[in-house]
Amino acid sequence: MTPNRNTRISAVVAFLTIVFVAVPVAISASGRFDLYYTLTSVALLSIASTGVWLTFYIGRINIGQGAYALMGGYVSAILVMNHGWSFWLTLPAAGLFCAAASVLIGLPILRLRGVYFAMVTLVLTEVARLLALALPITNGAKGIVSIPLPGALSVFGITLIPDFATLQNSRLAFYLLAVTLMVVCFAIMYRLVNSRIGKLCQSLQQNEELASSIGVNIAYLRVIAYAVSSFFGGVSGAIFAAISQSIYPSSFTVTDSVNFMLNCFLGGLGYVFGPMLGTLVLYFGWDLLFQTGQFQLLIYSGLMIVLMLVLPNGLLSLAETTRKKG
Amino acid sequence: MAEMLEVSGITKRFGGLVAVNNVSFSVREKEILSVIGPNGAGKSTLFKLISSFLRPTTGEVRLKGERISGLAPHIAARRGVVRTFQETTIFKNMSVRDNVIIAHHLRSKASLFGFFLGTGTAKADEAAFGQSADEILALLGLSSLAHETARNLPHGHLRALGIAIGLATNPSILLLDEPFAGMNHDETMRMVEMVRRLRERGLTILLVEHDMPAVMKISDRLVVLNFGQKIAEGTPSEIQANEKVIEAYLGSEDEAIGL
Repeated sequence: MTPNRNTRISAVVAFLTIVFVAVPVAISASGRFDLYYTLTSVALLSIASTGVWLTFYIGRINIGQGAYALMGGYVSAILVMNHGWSFWLTLPAAGLFCAAASVLIGLPILRLRGVYFAMVTLVLTEVARLLALALPITNGAKGIVSIPLPGALSVFGITLIPDFATLQNSRLAFYLLAVTLMVVCFAIMYRLVNSRIGKLCQSLQQNEELASSIGVNIAYLRVIAYAVSSFFGGVSGAIFAAISQSIYPSSFTVTDSVNFMLNCFLGGLGYVFGPMLGTLVLYFGWDLLFQTGQFQLLIYSGLMIVLMLVLPNGLLSLAETTRKKG
Repeated sequence: MAEMLEVSGITKRFGGLVAVNNVSFSVREKEILSVIGPNGAGKSTLFKLISSFLRPTTGEVRLKGERISGLAPHIAARRGVVRTFQETTIFKNMSVRDNVIIAHHLRSKASLFGFFLGTGTAKADEAAFGQSADEILALLGLSSLAHETARNLPHGHLRALGIAIGLATNPSILLLDEPFAGMNHDETMRMVEMVRRLRERGLTILLVEHDMPAVMKISDRLVVLNFGQKIAEGTPSEIQANEKVIEAYLGSEDEAIGL
């Protein structure tokens, strides 16, 4: 069963201390400020990946998250550049836009299962890239560049977040933003999965016909899950655009979509925190293999195949087996 | 006795094939009615038509006078027509108790968002579902297996779990799809007892079945299909004496119809 309340609370406290205190302290002590960018990326990619994880949780293989990340990036960039919106407003706007788009796209395609759904979502990423190339508003292959850094966020005259451009260390600011959002997203996911909704999602994953015959509105639930998933994708894409201050049709490609999926596989499809661990390991793993030069991809894919064969339930299943033995 | 379910002139065509041809019958309240017939007679199609998993080409199904054919399956379930499935159609990777709890979905008063936030209504729902699930498990003799993962259950218990899932939805009429298939004699007799107990609790039951001795034992009335058409309807003794039925089953010998 689930570990008791106290262990859970201390685990959460430990995790928050590490990401909000220990990591910044360690980075400033070692002077490796480039790690901020890496860890920010990991946090954002894990947000997009947890969206993919949710679609896995209702029994759909989703290789289309790149499309929503790209869409979210463009929505935020266009609203900031052409309409003068504050970045902070474009963040939820990008998420909601993607969620709305995913409802329209999801209604027909979520009827497909297995490899058929996977294929369509794979195509979706490519469609998003081609659209970004073709539409006038996205400025084609030149993309949208020189996006200003996020401005100050004030509510009732109280400045909650300072203007990023005035900060000496905007990398730390982005890191804190990404990590905060990651914590919020995973808290939402944890609650979702451990409430009755999680059980309903599992019922879809395990047997849609039966779920339908006990009165579950499967079409509705599928679309909701897909919309939440795309919301996460859009938010993560929007922040990426803000960090790199640019967005291009090639900012998110099929490779990214595949990676989002791999992150989930690697971490474990049965564990809420699987995508977070998977993203961390995969991102650093890829970088570590950089020294192997031309063999990088070969070793990387070989390792992935072995891992999937040996640990079909992901890295987190290791923790579970040790707990059972101990 | 009042009529619970009315099937009138129902036909289903798949391209050129007429799987069910102009079949009409009705199920009375608290009755156990069985649909039998040789392989390929259209029993499964009829079952899917009644539970709204298929849309009839012509004809209609009415529950307590209200038309239910053509609705989505989850709406039909909401109205009170709930089907169980052949073989091991359960949520394999959940515990037995969770299987039954999740099947209480129709009774929930809280919304999805309410469950997410953990509102008072949602908590009350959860508590009520847990209690009701325990009662159902006790009724079907599954209490000792409540925390077992469903896919580890032996065959007979799996079938009982399928029925428990159906019961949890609080149906007006429960459709049982071959509840005795693949069971040995003892298991079959236990299942017959179980189905009778359900009827005593006020449930109307419609079943599709191959196992003739069990069907003859359990049913108040039977409907016999052959090549998509209804060839007979009546009490077990009437059916056993019906020439058309004997003819349809000829080749499989008398014992097939329980003589």
